[in-house]
Amino acid sequence: MTIAEKILSAKSGKASVTPGEIVEAYPDLVMSHTATWRSASVMKRVGATKLYDPERLAIVLDHVSPAKTEKYAADQQISRNFAREYGVRKFYDVDAGIAHLVLMEAGHVAPGDLIVGTDSHCTIYGSLGALGTGIGYTEVTSVWITGKLWMKVPESIRITLQGGFGAGVYSKDLMLHLIGKLGADGCTYNSVEFYGDTVAELSVSERMTIANLAMEMGVKCAFLPPDGKTAEYLKGRLPDWSRYHEVHADPDARYERRIEVDLAQLEPMVACPHEVQNTKPIGEVVGTHIDQAFLGSCANAKYEDLVVAAGILKGRRVDPGVRLIITPGSKQIMLEAMNSGVLQILLESGGMVTNPGCGACAGDGGMLADGEVCLSTANRNFLGRMGSNQSQIYLSSPATLAASAIRGAIADPREFLTH
Amino acid sequence: MESIIQGRVFKFGDNVNSDIIIPGRYLIYIDRERLSQHAFEVLGEGFPAKLRNFDILVAGRNFGCGSAREQAATAIQGLGIKAVVASSFSRTFYRNAINDGLPIVECPALYAAVAEGDEIRIDLAAGAIVFGGREYPFPKMPESVRQILELGGLANYLKAQLEAHPQS
Repeated sequence: MTIAEKILSAKSGKASVTPGEIVEAYPDLVMSHTATWRSASVMKRVGATKLYDPERLAIVLDHVSPAKTEKYAADQQISRNFAREYGVRKFYDVDAGIAHLVLMEAGHVAPGDLIVGTDSHCTIYGSLGALGTGIGYTEVTSVWITGKLWMKVPESIRITLQGGFGAGVYSKDLMLHLIGKLGADGCTYNSVEFYGDTVAELSVSERMTIANLAMEMGVKCAFLPPDGKTAEYLKGRLPDWSRYHEVHADPDARYERRIEVDLAQLEPMVACPHEVQNTKPIGEVVGTHIDQAFLGSCANAKYEDLVVAAGILKGRRVDPGVRLIITPGSKQIMLEAMNSGVLQILLESGGMVTNPGCGACAGDGGMLADGEVCLSTANRNFLGRMGSNQSQIYLSSPATLAASAIRGAIADPREFLTH
Repeated sequence: MESIIQGRVFKFGDNVNSDIIIPGRYLIYIDRERLSQHAFEVLGEGFPAKLRNFDILVAGRNFGCGSAREQAATAIQGLGIKAVVASSFSRTFYRNAINDGLPIVECPALYAAVAEGDEIRIDLAAGAIVFGGREYPFPKMPESVRQILELGGLANYLKAQLEAHPQS
């Protein structure tokens, strides 16, 4: 069996499952973010008074946090009260950061877990070998009450990474390349597993970017098989080490497709408006004017991402025509960046730092006016997502973003690595 | 939910994402009417009002891709749309539509055949669309999933379950 088949069979109490089969699965964790109030309102509407298991709930108020209008404030109040009333201990308020990053940092995600949540980028949990996938808020309520949901066992795809990344090329570039090549629906309903010697060398942070962006080719879930790096990341985070069980695919596991990528051939990549699949090698977009640069989101606002950007921005100035907005992924990341001096470099270069959270990616601050162009390290560049439907969003790695913020136009980060 | 859905078609292309269906700034609402006032508004002047003249959306591949926001299905229902027929759906939209009580049909063969304004007839129980004197079959949903749709969505389904088996 593949990793997805093993996890779904374990969570549905079956010895084995096959692709296409529908199972009733019991998730280990149900994440809800700013949408929590909606799930709470459904709970009231259907007349439920009890949770299946409050220990399986995690709530993180990350989108539009802290509240920017009275309506948001009232909604967050409902979420807070719900957590208190039902004894949800994994509750993180508006100061914590982006749900996905907060939950992994806090040790609530272990290899082999099944995690569902009110966010499509739940696929990111695959960076630690867990099956994560997004569902709507009513379905979250249903899992809160019943503990389970129906799931179709996906066909699996095996992607093998050959060779190593060149200088200035990162996991984000790999994923933009793959999304461009396979398309926005290239892996719809599929589970994708990443293999190759390079994977073993990738940091957990880079793995998070891969599993996160995999959503943009339509996956149900994505896996970077757990290994020593996974264990190292989770040591001191998992409350109980008996929770650590690596789930691996069998040698004879069946894959619908096998794809190979030669990393040495990759260049920095950029996704152009208004679809993530609209990707181009950096050379084809160099010189495109930008008004705003957003270093944020669950895709690329981790500590390592801030370090990469700071490495390029150190001793340099952001172009006066560019607003560089930096939104650290979590409070932990912000603290680390503060203690190491990374925040100071980012601020001194001309950037501004906001509180941790989803920020501009979810349309909270950093909105775009008619005709404006934003380069972003996020995972979506959809029409109107960051403001005016006459604005444009390009996506890149943190390195390309930093280089472009200095130039005032999309720039090749490799030019900044040599001097 | 009616088994027969009949009406005029509005046609979209591939990869219509959920940010286009309902922008993130309106997720503070969950009711159909208010959401529908902003459905597809990023597509420009005329939207969403124009869509209220149609009954069924027909789309290409990967309809509803992107964000897992359930309100994408709710907003479409608020426009008075009775079903969405697409060549394929994103998995999050597929689930959300069922959970919101919005009938959805995967039928790639229909896409090239119809144009805006055409009248089609969907028979959910039979698993076929009739248009232009031709039948376009589609795979029926699993029974357990169809039950949710028939009750008008997952909230109604949960309510019925809880009424039959109250929590102590």
